[in-house]
Amino acid sequence: MANAEKEAVGKNNISTIGQLRKSLKPRIRELRFSLFLMRKSLMAIVGIVIVLSLVTIAILAPVLAPPPPNSRDPMIIPKDLEPPKPPGSPRPADLGGGTYIFGSGVMGIDVYYGLIWGARTSIYVSLYVVLIAVLIGLVLGAIAGFYGGKIDELLMRITDIFLSVPSLILAMAVVAVLSRSLENIMLALIVIWWPPYARIVRGQVLSIKENTYVEAARAVGAKKMRILFRHIVPNSLSPVLVNMTMDIGVVVLVAAGLSFIGFGPPSDYAEWGKMVADGHNYFLGTVPYPFPNGPDYNPYWIWVFPGLFIFLFVMGFNLLGDGLRDILDPRLRR
Amino acid sequence: MRTRTFIIRRLLLLIPVLIGVSLFVFALTRISGNPAAAYIRENMSQEQIALIEEQFHVHDPIYIQYFYWFEGIVQGNWGYSKTSHIPVTDAIQTFFPATFELTLVSIGIAVVVGIALGTLSATKRNKPVDHATRLMALAGVSMPIFILALVLQNVFAYNLGWFPMIGREADYWHYVDKDITHYTGFLLVDSVLNLNWDRFSDAVWHIALPAVTLSFGTIAIITRIQRGSMLDVLNQDYVKTARSKGLPERVVIRKHARRNALIPTTTVVGLAFGGLLGGAVLTETIFAWPGLGLWSTSAISNNDWASIMGFTMISALIYVIVNLIVDVMYAYLDPRVRLE
Repeated sequence: MANAEKEAVGKNNISTIGQLRKSLKPRIRELRFSLFLMRKSLMAIVGIVIVLSLVTIAILAPVLAPPPPNSRDPMIIPKDLEPPKPPGSPRPADLGGGTYIFGSGVMGIDVYYGLIWGARTSIYVSLYVVLIAVLIGLVLGAIAGFYGGKIDELLMRITDIFLSVPSLILAMAVVAVLSRSLENIMLALIVIWWPPYARIVRGQVLSIKENTYVEAARAVGAKKMRILFRHIVPNSLSPVLVNMTMDIGVVVLVAAGLSFIGFGPPSDYAEWGKMVADGHNYFLGTVPYPFPNGPDYNPYWIWVFPGLFIFLFVMGFNLLGDGLRDILDPRLRR
Repeated sequence: MRTRTFIIRRLLLLIPVLIGVSLFVFALTRISGNPAAAYIRENMSQEQIALIEEQFHVHDPIYIQYFYWFEGIVQGNWGYSKTSHIPVTDAIQTFFPATFELTLVSIGIAVVVGIALGTLSATKRNKPVDHATRLMALAGVSMPIFILALVLQNVFAYNLGWFPMIGREADYWHYVDKDITHYTGFLLVDSVLNLNWDRFSDAVWHIALPAVTLSFGTIAIITRIQRGSMLDVLNQDYVKTARSKGLPERVVIRKHARRNALIPTTTVVGLAFGGLLGGAVLTETIFAWPGLGLWSTSAISNNDWASIMGFTMISALIYVIVNLIVDVMYAYLDPRVRLE
């Protein structure tokens, strides 16, 4: 008796795995087709190249810019406590020797080091914010769209409130009451970023739940949660994915902006927005090099290079998002 | 539904949204701790401290505090701005025209340039002009506004000296010319009303760089939308009809296609306005433009909650009203749209 039951359960397991494989098959086929389409789109390729290079830089940071032996936290940029020096000037031996490839900044922080390790900060911040915002938006949007009625009304009025304040200003207000740190910038960005996702997912769920296959699932007696998260949500993901890709860039843009107006981490932390703000302080002035009697330089290098990296980061994800949209849009697909 | 009924209904619907915003803002002011603490200094006596605490009703339960606070908001008592040493509402009145002038000029630039570029790009689809425009639009949405501001300031003000570095008017006007009457608070308008052309050209000269900076991202957004909707419209039957009637291409584009393609673009202008208000914070900080944005960033460094929250509230108010205006315009432009 017990054996027979076990056997039945075992069989059942095998059949669910088979079912899973079967149900995944068309998805894998579509994925292959998407990859094929992506290879044909120049913009998407350029986007992928930029994104992958930045990710590589972030991963290889300890190799590209090894922290000096006495550093306790690699995210803190090593500094020589001297006035800014132009690119190509010699770097002290205790910071690794060689030259400052991109010059040195306020208090003599190594701009090159900041750029390399700043890639980590940007990727970490943007992924963290976007993933959590999407998760919140997905669950709330799906529930609002699927159940409708009072829940829907309540959730949508809440998103209305968040959407009625310009996002940067809302983020400013949130970070202002918390203390100034990268973590609080991230928290503020999550607070402002989930409502649009809730809207998108709700809209998708509303249109998808009228489809025949949802009705079919209901007819064979599938539970509500199963219908929602197995049939409806997976089919509503493609606009979310496109928005996510683009938002990764925009999050970095807004985070850098907040950091620029003074909400960010302290000056020697590897974060691009903060580095640009440092350059703004030196914007009109000149620094002599060699100090103190050399010719004067306007230290453009403090803000130009981090600025360029922010631009590239955002551009890369925008290109990728644009490409993805063309690929995933069923109207343009075939 | 008639337009007037629609507007009234939408205005009524704004009330719950704004109450929601006020709840959120109130929650923020209380998360930061005792709201009275910001105004208490070391050398104050116990009585003075008690008086300040009394004003903020800190000893009452939180919902009572909210009602007192909300009553103040409705009656125009938005607190005292530590940064500018005047009540928050007065500060907003002082700084608002500068910001509004800047955003209006930049949205003007963005609409004109964006629509022209988008139309051009769609009519020359897949030609070099189109690729160049699309690339520029992409750069526009990817460019952090504060970096664009720094680049423009460095090139055109610092190195070439064509435009002033910072500010809204040349300093010497403060000393030389006090007889200009400020009717509207907009320098561009006031100088014309006073028939003071020196002031006018000075104001234009000062607003050029900040306005171009602020408009850049919006140009990109408008160009993209205009290009997309123009491409849609160009495939419509009535455009084919217009062409087959033998109308010159210029007339087909201008009168038949572009007008209809403008409709989706208007909605974007409203949404872009929120981005402009946010972008104004960064632009004003860099160009020392004496508006709400500069005021709020200095408020932040002073831990001046009342000002920050006032700024948040006023931004929300402007944003929802602008979007209401855009919705009404949308129905006016496209008679098929029913106001609901």
